[in-house]
Amino acid sequence: MTGWTRHLPLIAALLGIAFAVPAQAEEADDPWPGLVQDIFNNRPMNEGSAVIGIEMPYRAEDAAIVPVTLHSKLSPADSRRIRSITLVIDRNPAPMAAKFELGSDANVSEISTRVRVNNYTDVHAVAELSDGQLYVSKVYVKASGGCSAPAGKNAEEAQNRLGQMRYRQFTREEAPASRIREAQIMIGHPNNSGLQMDQVTQLYIPAFFVNQLKLTQDDSPVLSMEGGISISEDPNLRFTYVSSGAKRFRAEAKDTEGHVFRNEWDVEKPGT
Amino acid sequence: MSRSARVIAALSLLGIATLAWARAAELPVSEVATGIFVHSGAIALMTRENEGDIANVGFIVGADAVAVIDTGGSLREGEALLAAVRARTPKPIRYVINTHGHPDHVFGNAAFATANTSFVGHSKLPQALATRGPYYLDNFRRIMGSALIDPVKIIAPSLLVSDTMTLDLGSRQLTLRAWRTGHSDSDVTVYDETTKTLFGGDLVFLRHIPVMDGSIRGWLDTLKELEAIPAQRVVPGHGPVSDWPAALTDERRYLSTLLSDVRALNKNGEPIRAAADKAAAEERARWELFGDYNARNATAAFSEIEWE
Repeated sequence: MTGWTRHLPLIAALLGIAFAVPAQAEEADDPWPGLVQDIFNNRPMNEGSAVIGIEMPYRAEDAAIVPVTLHSKLSPADSRRIRSITLVIDRNPAPMAAKFELGSDANVSEISTRVRVNNYTDVHAVAELSDGQLYVSKVYVKASGGCSAPAGKNAEEAQNRLGQMRYRQFTREEAPASRIREAQIMIGHPNNSGLQMDQVTQLYIPAFFVNQLKLTQDDSPVLSMEGGISISEDPNLRFTYVSSGAKRFRAEAKDTEGHVFRNEWDVEKPGT
Repeated sequence: MSRSARVIAALSLLGIATLAWARAAELPVSEVATGIFVHSGAIALMTRENEGDIANVGFIVGADAVAVIDTGGSLREGEALLAAVRARTPKPIRYVINTHGHPDHVFGNAAFATANTSFVGHSKLPQALATRGPYYLDNFRRIMGSALIDPVKIIAPSLLVSDTMTLDLGSRQLTLRAWRTGHSDSDVTVYDETTKTLFGGDLVFLRHIPVMDGSIRGWLDTLKELEAIPAQRVVPGHGPVSDWPAALTDERRYLSTLLSDVRALNKNGEPIRAAADKAAAEERARWELFGDYNARNATAAFSEIEWE
C-alpha cells in the first residue's frame, strides 16, 4: 500500500466505520498449527467427527463459566477405545485447558466440564485412541459480550470453599440393572489465573489452580484430568461410565500449591 | 516539525475532533430533583454506534462541590458528561463515585481525572478492576473499535467504602453504602438525604433485564435491606427514574423466579446447559435484552446454587 490508501484503516477507525481488518488478521494468524506443534509434537491429526464430539454454546454467555461436553462417537464395532481427550481453547492465555485420561475398564462415554473463554476462538478436542492415532474435532465459540469476564464473581466465597468436594450420582433412563452410571464431582477451588495484580500488596497473584484430579471406583481408574487455568472456578466434572460393581467412589485432587484433597463416598450414596 | 506542518497537524486534529464531537458535545441530562441531574442511557448493549452510552449516569450539586455518579461506557461519554456538568455549575467536582466496576459505568472515568477529584468506590472495586480491566478493554476494543476504546483508562478508586461513608458537598450529605456481593462484588449505592433520591447502581434494573455477575442469593438478600431506605425515588443503573420502593417489584420477581427455577433444575439432576435454556423462561416477554442476558444469568446462578 502506498500514499493515502495506507491510512485508510486509520481514517475509517477515526470516522467510526466498521473495518474488517482485525478479524481478517486474526484468521490469517490461526494459532492451531503452532498448538499442534507445542502440545502434540506435530503428530498427524485425523479428522475426528466420527470419533469425538464436542459441544459448546455458540456464544460464551458467561465468559467465566462456559459449559463444554465431550462425547465418544466411536462405533461399537471399532475395537479401539479412547485413551485420552485433550481440550484446547486456541485463543485463551493458556490454550491447553485439560487432558482427560479415560480408565481402560470404565468405558467413559461422555465428559462435561466448564471453562473460561477469553476471546472469539476455535475450541479443539483431540482424542487419542488405543492404537495411538489422534482424531480432532472443533467448535467455534464467540466471546461473551457485556460485563461478563473470565474471572471469579465472589472471591471470598471461592476461598471459603477451598478443598470442599461433592459427589453426586444421577438417575439414568436405562433399566435399573444397567451398569451405566452418570456422576458428578465438584471441587471448591478459586482456580486463579495468576494474570492479575493484587491491589493491596501490588504483587502479581501467583496462579493457583487444580492441576490434577483422579477419580477411581475402588482402585480402578475411571477418569483423570490434568487441568490448567482455563478450567472454571470450582472445577466440575460430570461424566458417564460403566460400574465395575465397586462399592466406593474416590477422588483425589492436587493443586499448584501442593494441597492434596481426598474424599470417597459409597457409590450409591452421594454426598459431600 | 516546521511551523506550517504543525499548523496543518493542528488543523487536521481539530477536524477529527470536530467530527468526533459533533454528536455528543454535552450529554443530555434532566434535573430529576433539586440539584440532581441524570442522563438516561439507552436500553442496549455497548456498541460503536451508541459509544457505550447504555447506563444511567448523573451528578449531584451541593453548596460547595459536585459529585459525579458513574461516568459511562467510553471516554467520549465521560467527556460529554463533564461538559453537561460544566454547562450547569462552575463548582469543583470533588468526587467521582463508581457504583461498581462494569465497563458501562467506569470507562468514562479518565474525563474527570484531576488532582482535586477523588474517585470513590467499594473496597473490592480496585481488585475487580485489576482482574477484569484488561479483559474489558480487549473485548470492547473488538466490539466498539480502537478509536473509542484506546483513550479509555481504567481508574480505580482511592477513597474506599467498606461499610458506609458520608460525603459532604456543602449543605448536602450523601450516604454511600457498600453491599455484599450481589449484582457484582463491588456494588455501592448513593443516597441523597436532601431530596430522598437513591442512586441504586446496577442493584436496580427496570425494563432492562437484570444482569447477575455476583451472587443471586446475595442480591436478593440485599434487596430486603435496600427497600428499607426511605427514598422517594430511585435512579436505577438501567431504566427510568422511578418511585421507591415500587421500582423493585419486577426485578425481585425475576430474580426469585430465576433462583427457584435453577434450584429445581439442579435438584432434578439437569445439566447446566438446561438451566440456560429453561430457567426464568416465562419472564421473556417482560424484559428488554432478555435474549442477551438470561442464559448468562441462569448459568451463573446455577453454578452458585450447586454449592448450597
